[in-house]
Amino acid sequence: MEEKIKLSPDSFEALPKAEELDNEKIAAPPLTFVQDAWRRLKKNKGAFISLWIIVLMMIIAFGSTPFIDHNSLVKSSPNYANLPAKIPGISINGFNGKLKVSGQWVDEYKQNNIPSGKYFVLGTDYLGRSLAQRIIYGTKISLIVALVATFFDLTIGVAYGIISGWKGGRVDNVMQRIIEIISSVPSLVIVVLMLLVLKPGMTSIIAAIAISSWTTMARMIRAETLQLKSQEYVLAARSLGESAPKIAWKHLVPNLSSIIIIQTMYTIPTAIFFEAFLSFIGIGISAPQTSLGVLLNDGQKNFQFLPYQMWYPAIVLCVLMIAFNLLGDGLRDAFDPKTRR
Amino acid sequence: MSERILDIKNLEINFHTYAGDVKAIRDVSFHLDKGETLAIVGESGSGKSVTTKSLMGLLANNAEVVGGSIMYHDQDILKKSEKEMQSIRGKDIAMIFQDPMTSLDPTMKIGQQIAEPLIKHKKMEKKKAWAQALDILKLVGIVNPEKRINEYPHQFSGGMRQRIVIAIALVCYPEVLIADEPTTALDVTIQAQILDLMKELQSKIETSIIFITHDLGVVAGMADRVAVMYAGKIVEYGTVDEIFYNPQHPYTWGLLNSMPTLSSTLLEAIPGTPPDLLDPPKGDAFAARSAYAMKIDVEKQPPFFKVSDTHYAATWLLHPDAPKVTPPSEIVRRQKLFSQMNANKSVRA
Amino acid sequence: MRKYLLKRVFYMVLTLFLVATITFFLMKLMPGTPYSNQEKMTPQQIRIMNEQYGLNKPVWLQYLIYLGGMLHGDLGTSFQYSNQPVSYLISSRIGASAQLGFQAMVFGVFFGIIIGSIAAINRNTWIDTLCTILSIIGKSVPNFVLAVLLQFYIALKLGWFPIADWGGFSYTVLPTIALGVGPLAETARFIRTGMVDVLNSDYIELARAKGLTKFGIVYHHALRNSLIPLVTLIGPYTVALMTGSMVIENIFSIPGIGEQFVKSITTNDYPTIMGVTMLFSAGLVVVILLTDIVYGIIDPRIRLSGNGD
Repeated sequence: MEEKIKLSPDSFEALPKAEELDNEKIAAPPLTFVQDAWRRLKKNKGAFISLWIIVLMMIIAFGSTPFIDHNSLVKSSPNYANLPAKIPGISINGFNGKLKVSGQWVDEYKQNNIPSGKYFVLGTDYLGRSLAQRIIYGTKISLIVALVATFFDLTIGVAYGIISGWKGGRVDNVMQRIIEIISSVPSLVIVVLMLLVLKPGMTSIIAAIAISSWTTMARMIRAETLQLKSQEYVLAARSLGESAPKIAWKHLVPNLSSIIIIQTMYTIPTAIFFEAFLSFIGIGISAPQTSLGVLLNDGQKNFQFLPYQMWYPAIVLCVLMIAFNLLGDGLRDAFDPKTRR
Repeated sequence: MSERILDIKNLEINFHTYAGDVKAIRDVSFHLDKGETLAIVGESGSGKSVTTKSLMGLLANNAEVVGGSIMYHDQDILKKSEKEMQSIRGKDIAMIFQDPMTSLDPTMKIGQQIAEPLIKHKKMEKKKAWAQALDILKLVGIVNPEKRINEYPHQFSGGMRQRIVIAIALVCYPEVLIADEPTTALDVTIQAQILDLMKELQSKIETSIIFITHDLGVVAGMADRVAVMYAGKIVEYGTVDEIFYNPQHPYTWGLLNSMPTLSSTLLEAIPGTPPDLLDPPKGDAFAARSAYAMKIDVEKQPPFFKVSDTHYAATWLLHPDAPKVTPPSEIVRRQKLFSQMNANKSVRA
Repeated sequence: MRKYLLKRVFYMVLTLFLVATITFFLMKLMPGTPYSNQEKMTPQQIRIMNEQYGLNKPVWLQYLIYLGGMLHGDLGTSFQYSNQPVSYLISSRIGASAQLGFQAMVFGVFFGIIIGSIAAINRNTWIDTLCTILSIIGKSVPNFVLAVLLQFYIALKLGWFPIADWGGFSYTVLPTIALGVGPLAETARFIRTGMVDVLNSDYIELARAKGLTKFGIVYHHALRNSLIPLVTLIGPYTVALMTGSMVIENIFSIPGIGEQFVKSITTNDYPTIMGVTMLFSAGLVVVILLTDIVYGIIDPRIRLSGNGD
């Protein structure tokens, strides 16, 4: 062990204090909670792409409002009925105005004597209305329904949950019983009953979805509030005599924000699904109004012969759902890194 | 003299992480003889748990053994396949974990959990295995074992659960028992009971124990020999008396100094934190925190200097050219006691 | 335990009573009348009809009659099918729905467990990514879209299964898949998350230290521990299956409750709507109670309160 080692004579001088390494120094500036979550979200490729897809779809859906002529949206023009997609400059069968009819690709535009300058990027429906326009408009309606319903769901759920958790005792008990009763009725049944009582239409659907789906949010918020209530900083605020609403706003809501955001992200696709579902079975939004569900319902009738009429809205709906679900997963992992290792 | 069971030579283990390779174990060598208890002492992150996991072949997926050997009798554990390791684990080398509250499967009766190794290794039938599980439950001091063998973990207190974990580890009478901080998660009074139980069982079952701890106080009553680890290296090893009363490495001084004694009024903490093992220091890893650091300490890794036949320490302070330094007063006191003990011994001899 | 059960049953009955009451009065608020070809009816005919269905009595009396009837299984008479009791309508259709729902649940949960476990065991590999992508798609694609696609491509084009209608087992395959994909995706995600946690736990490490094989560890320790919480999802799955049955049964023309419900809604057949609502609610309440009890039995850590422990 003790072989001779050549050492310089000054080797055993004591180290001056200044040369001591400071290894308690923190190298990077600290990140705030939100910055940290954002950084993690950006690393999650699926969620980040989904975020951009959602933003893009919203811009297209809402930004198109001034460009879509409402008359052409609802007016039927039988000459143009059931034309397949035709995109200028593309000669792939299925996107060049040709349609497979009993095994043969037939140029439907020529067959129906459509003027050569006329293009329908995604084809037309059975009344000769542009499918692209209707899908964009339908997406807008679906998004409005989902977002507004989610907003109400969120407001009711968060308020109910905070009150129930914060008050505790008898109030909590009664409020929880109410939730229990509401959630023992399948939400679809509630929605259907609501739609029967109210006049079918967008408002009723929004109300119905909001009323039937806030209980999940309320339950989660209550459970978290119960935990937060006994945290030291909340106790400190209480003992300093701050009012309950102020504590709720200043201390509870910020700490509940990650749950709220994540839960909202999961509520939106559920609401989109519900709207599509109701319109699909014919008790939701109905013609001449349109939504993704209405388009699917229309498309399904002709699916055997004109599959594109169902495929396009179905793809838009699925992409929207996948994007929201992926973003929800991404946000969950970003806010709570423990869940995914 | 006694039979050598484990011989670890120049073990080096890296962890692959996104930031780079963490050199968790750097050139570690030690051995374990039949019937003895070796304590490995160090603060968290010093590599003690990684070392013992490598003995069990239970390293995490991103860990890689870069070099060295672990000889169990005449076989190298590092060269064994997963299948071969499965027949060693739990039978020849067993392990007790730190937290008894989470170490037991909450959904399985404890009888079955104890019987599992018997069924696996001794090919016992369930009935026979349960009978043996009952015996070992008695041995670890569970009251009313006939009834409790059918209970679930949540029906036991922390101390009782640790007894069950010990029972699981010992049920196949392993040659080596690795105890990874077995008392850290327990109340102080329970700690003593568990330590007593382990000592008692060691003499009954004749097992060798590797005892991992960050608490020097626990070591004194348990171990025959002690190895002190710091930043993935062993910095000093020797018999219990040698480490406690004649420590040589400044880190060992720091550890002893931060341990409460009857006479001490003020506990000295070791300043600073351990180095980043992504890029371990060139010289003595403890230099940055040591008040006795010398120029050579940051330039060159110290080799082991022999203090006695059983006692070695890796510090340049033991180099013949090094200046004599005075250790902290508590250490001086201990070293005085040590020379007295030696004097007594030689008189008796 | 008994006290707890009694309390739960009391709340169940209370819930059903409230549902019945609310549904009843909502139906009374409903615009429109139940007679589909009203314009052609003379006032006298309407009076006779009203008398026949008991609609000329005061509302509170109708309510009491309705509740009284419900106590011995009488849910009133359907408007749509003249003189057919709703209870007969439901009982003649419940078999198909129950079979379909049960098959979909078994299909979804079984394959969900397999896919979720495979993902967890191989986590952070391409297998995990593949399973995750599949379950996201399964969760996101609406079941009615999937049903239409399956019907067209598998049944019509490939001819592997009947296109619609209800007969032998082969008729149930496509609807079962369409209905079961949602629970499948949900189960896979749930099991993956749960099992990743379990596989990182100390008791799995101890099981490895015992020398158990990889299969033994997953089978005896990991699977068991991650399966138990799955029981809590059976309630939500029941809701999803009831919801799904409405549209799936419609697409595949299956004579079940869901299909009947949609028909009743479009024809304003109030007694049937109310009957199905009560049936769905009762089914859900019973399922929730059962899963709570089962959960208490299979998870030794959870004992229902009132156990005296």
